[in-house]
Formats: sequence, structure tokens, C-alpha cells
Amino acid sequence: MDLRIAHLYPDLMNIYGDRGNVIALSQRAKWRGIDAEVRSYSVGEWADPEWPDVWFFGGGQDQGQDIVGADLAGNNGAALKKSVESGAAIFSVCGGYQLLGHEYVPETGPSIPGVGILDVTTRAGNTRFVGNLLVNSPDAYLIGFENHSGRTYVGAKAKPLGTVVVGNGNNGEDKTEGAVQGRVIGCYLHGSCLPKNPWLADRLLGWGLARRHDDVKLRPLDDADEKSARDQATEVARTRP
Amino acid sequence: MPDTLTLIANAAGKLTREGLRVTGRGGTALPGLVALTLDPNFITALSSGLSHGVVCVSGTNGKTTTARMLADITRAAGWEPIHNRSGSNLDRGVAAALLADANWYGETRGDIGLFEIDEASLPNAVSRLKPRVVVITNLFRDQMDRYFELDTLAKRIGDALATLPAETTFVLNADDPLVANLTLGRDAKTIFFGVDDESVGGTIPQAISDATRCPRCKAPLTYKRVVLAHVGDWSCSSCGLARPPRDVSATKVLLGESWSEISLAGTIGSIFAPVRVPVPGLYNAYNALAAIAAARAFDIGLTEATRALANFRPAFGRLETVDLEGRTLRLVLVKNPAGFNAAVGALLETGRKPRLLAALNDRDADGRDVSWIWDADFETLAPAVVHAVITGLRGRDLALRFKYAGVPKERIEVVDEWPAAIERAVSLAPRETEVVVLATYTAMLELRAALSRVGAVTPFWED
Repeated sequence: MDLRIAHLYPDLMNIYGDRGNVIALSQRAKWRGIDAEVRSYSVGEWADPEWPDVWFFGGGQDQGQDIVGADLAGNNGAALKKSVESGAAIFSVCGGYQLLGHEYVPETGPSIPGVGILDVTTRAGNTRFVGNLLVNSPDAYLIGFENHSGRTYVGAKAKPLGTVVVGNGNNGEDKTEGAVQGRVIGCYLHGSCLPKNPWLADRLLGWGLARRHDDVKLRPLDDADEKSARDQATEVARTRP
Repeated sequence: MPDTLTLIANAAGKLTREGLRVTGRGGTALPGLVALTLDPNFITALSSGLSHGVVCVSGTNGKTTTARMLADITRAAGWEPIHNRSGSNLDRGVAAALLADANWYGETRGDIGLFEIDEASLPNAVSRLKPRVVVITNLFRDQMDRYFELDTLAKRIGDALATLPAETTFVLNADDPLVANLTLGRDAKTIFFGVDDESVGGTIPQAISDATRCPRCKAPLTYKRVVLAHVGDWSCSSCGLARPPRDVSATKVLLGESWSEISLAGTIGSIFAPVRVPVPGLYNAYNALAAIAAARAFDIGLTEATRALANFRPAFGRLETVDLEGRTLRLVLVKNPAGFNAAVGALLETGRKPRLLAALNDRDADGRDVSWIWDADFETLAPAVVHAVITGLRGRDLALRFKYAGVPKERIEVVDEWPAAIERAVSLAPRETEVVVLATYTAMLELRAALSRVGAVTPFWED
């Protein structure tokens, strides 16, 4: 069995250690004997919707986000949409999450259109949400660190990923964090997210593998170290938010 | 003679300092905070009379080491630097250094202010200090929860530097596009330094590059040579912005296990004997270049500079070594991906197979977001690790990072408390061998405190 992982804009959308998500997907596949290959996709050089099983799209600086937004407005955005329609999964964080939504509305000036794969809209906020983020989801909790000024609102076609226990999440108002729509996930969890939330990593692996393989059953891994890191980070979030 | 308010602030700060000394604590920040609370103008009042003026040393990595090198150089030239030597680099640290030097009348004994400045505080600091020289080592991503985005920070620094008078000299790293761009294209007296040894660095951009785009026109940058992250021989593919000519240039760099050596070529055309600094690592070669370039800005001769650098002693946690029970602890402060990669590069390029004691904290001074460890290149370190004892407030995140980098489970061990972690790491290392300590800022302070209790080191404020 093999898994194809695509890292979107690693040169421009790569702050806050989000690279760890790609490392987690790839290692957790390899530890199960699944061949994992990672390819990078950046500005103006792809538009190949056939290859990837699972995409990762991280956060960037404003400058990077502008360039990436412009790139996604062309063929590459259309290719990404097509890839999702053909069954690929996407995990996105922060700036990547915002760009997968309908639009980003800055404080002044025209709004920046997103790809529209996720039914969410983001508006600029005047304060920044910086701190540990603990989220309850129907399946298990999620732990990470948020650092964003955008306020994201989830529309009817998407569901929030979970409910905020500590921190601000999507917008600091409605207690929601992240969004899920089909096999597309967006959230504000840095940390990196997937190493400390291995259940979510495995869900994405399962989705990615199911695109080209039948009857995917993931062998459980020894996650004692992951659990221990989760516990320590959760304790920090509760005592030093 | 300072005004009454400054005198009161000076006295109150000095009393605080004495109080802390009597109770056995260091006074690297609190006395300064007391003085600044009483007289917000305190720093300007005390620093404005210094006969050689003030130099600010800033940047993400290397500022403490560069400032210490420059302090040694100015002393070799017969000057008396007032220096926030312990690396307490916010305005309170600067005020505390001035207090420590001033007498009860608010008169300073020193003749040059040599201040390491936190890069986020630099805009504020230059407006208070009116420096004669500003040195900037490099700009990398660091503590994103505090500094936010690097582009924004670079712009704030550039705007602040542009307000300084025309006689200010800037000493900038030509190899870092974000730093070089701070004065490129405007009329500012700048001494650029850089490495021109073709054998240093590779051609492949590294995973954590922070500046893949031109700081001016946003087109992709191209590299003839990449040294570390976005540092190297760069040029813009579109607008023509490029690495400026180097005024102080290393034409050859040699790296040993405990030293680094640079051969200098200057614009004055002559080639000098190599300068050897007794600290390892390419990044220390850069620090030495920055210090030499700064010395030139003050018209201090290269002979004094070279002599001072030859006797240089590293700062707190900057590859300093400590003996403990027949083993050598090599202390390496790590706080951001670029610094981590540079330090690990320095360790591995001499063929070390390190036994590690690694500590990750998430206090304010460390950065509360520990995500940065996933940007650091643990994958290069992993195959060389013999054993790692891991501790700190977020030790379990760090253990996970080692695991995902491919270090086998049996080589990783988490020990929560410092004394136990030190004991374990030392007991696992045979006598006469080395334990490499990788630790974030407050973790390194805790380690120093633990070591000073057993008498292995002096408290760092006495350093």
C-alpha cells in the first residue's frame, strides 16, 4: 500500500512549525509499513489534481498569503477543487484554512477570494488570538496553540471541528473551532497539530488511503508518547492558558 | 549633571540592586525597571554623555556573542564599555547596566554604551539611545507568539533605522536579504559584512527559509549559495536587488572542534592573517565578522580586534563548557529553528556522536508556542544521537519530536526534574566524555541554577 502526500506552498506557507503535520502523516504511514511519498507544490508549477491522496496546507505570513491567494485564483485553485471532488483529503491550518474558505474580508480594501472548498468566511480582527487552544470534538479532544487575527465563521455546509474549552478558536464569539466538510478539515491548531492529536492524523491517513485502496484498516500504533505529550500540553492549557 | 528626577531614579535603582545582591540574587533587570518607572527618560539621561557614544547590537541570533566580542575588542582598545553583559536585552536590562556603572551622582564611569537589544524592542531602543552604530546580525523566525511575522518586524526595524541621523553607521549582514535590505537603496552609512568562501554552504534552500521572496518586489529570490535558511549569496530574479558588496569579508573559513577561523579581505585591499576565535561553529565566524565590522565603525584597529577575539570566552549557554563529575557538559542555548540548526551543524560537522540532555520550556522568554521544534532540523541530528535524556515543562513535546525524527525509543528517556535529569545524563556518559546540553532560555537558567548549587558554575550574573 502507498500514500501520496502533497505539501502545498511549503516555501510560503510554512510558519509556526506546521511542517510537523507532514512529518506526522508520513511517519505514521511508514510505521505501518505503508510507503509514503511527499511532494511539494508551490506557486505556478502544478495544477495536477490526479497525484495526491492527502494535501497539507499550512499558515503563512501576510506576504506569502497574498502571493498564494493570487496563485489559487488561477488553474491551481481549480485543480485543488477537482482533487477534492475525486476523493482526496485536505488538512489545513490557519492561513491555509482561511484560503480554502469563500473569502477573507480585510479591515479596509476589497475582500480576497478563497478557493471556496470549505463553507467558511473570514474577517480581519483588530486583536490577535495568541495562546494554547483546547477543543472538545465529538470523537476526542484536540490540543494545540493558536496565533491569528482572522475571525472565521462556519456556514451551513460545513460543521465545526469542535467546541472551544480553552482559548478562542474560530472567532472568539461562538465557541467553535475549525471546520469539516467531507474530507476537508481546517483549523487554527498549531503545535504541530497532528503529532499531538494522532487520532486526527489517522483519520486523515484513512481518508487519503481510501481514495485508491479498498478496505483500509489502520493497524493501531503504540501512542504512549503521543498521549503523554497530549496530557502535558493539556495541563499547560488548563493552568497557563 | 543629571536632573533631580534622574538622580532619584538612579538612587532607587542602585538601592534595589544592592538589596538583591545582599539577598544573593542577580540584578540584571529589576533595578532597571525601578529606575525606568521613576524616570522614563532615565536611559537617555545617562547614556547621552558617553564620549564614544552607544552601539546597539541586535538581530535574532548571535547578538549576545557579538556584543561580548565587541566588548572585549573595545576593552583591548583601552575603552570602558557599559554592557548589558548577561543578555538582559529589554530596556530594563539596558537601564540596569547603566545603573551598575553609574555612581550615586548618576555619572557613568564607562565611555561607551554597548547594548544588546531584543530585536522587537529595537525601534524603541534606538529612539532612546540615539546610537552611533547599529549592528544587526540576522533576522530569523523566533518566538512567533511574541514577535509575530518576520516581514512585519523587518519593516518596523527598517522604519525605525530610517529616523536616525545621517552620521549613524549601520553594520549589517550582507548575506541576509532581510537585514541587508534595511539600508539598501537609501543613503545610509553602512558597513556590510559577509562570507565569501565558496566552500561554505550548499546550493539547496533549506526547509525553514523565511525569505524566499525579495523583500522589495516580492519576486522569488535566487541563490548561488545557501549558508543557512535564507542567508547566502542571494539576488532577486526580477528587480535587481542583490547581496551588496562586502566591506568586511571572510574569504576563507575554517572550522575546528572548539574554534573557528576566518581570513579577512577588506575594501582597503590587503589580506590580513587569519583571525581565530576559540568558539566553534560557522555562526560564530559570522559573529566575529560582525564584531570586526563594528570595530571598524569605531576606527578600532584590526590588531586590537584580533587579539581580543583570540582570547574570547563564550557567553552563558553559547557552547560554553562546564566540568561535572569527570564529564564535560557543553551548554547550547537553542531558541528558534535557525539557531538550533546552526548549533547542531556546529556539533555534527566535527563528527560528534552526541549524548544529549535536552530541555524545552514554554515560559514567556522561551516562546509559549513550542511549534518551532517541528521547523528545526531534528532529522539531521537524529542518526547521530547516542542517547537523549529529556526534561523541561514541555519535555514530552520534545521527546515526541525526537521520536518522529526517527530516534529509536530506547535512546530517548524523559526525566521530569532538573537534578534527576542531570544525574541521569551524567551517569550514562562514561568519564572523560561529553554531554551536549540543548536547552531553551529559561531551561538553561534552571540548569545553571542547579549546577551552581553543586558548585560547578558561578551564577550567571557574576559572569
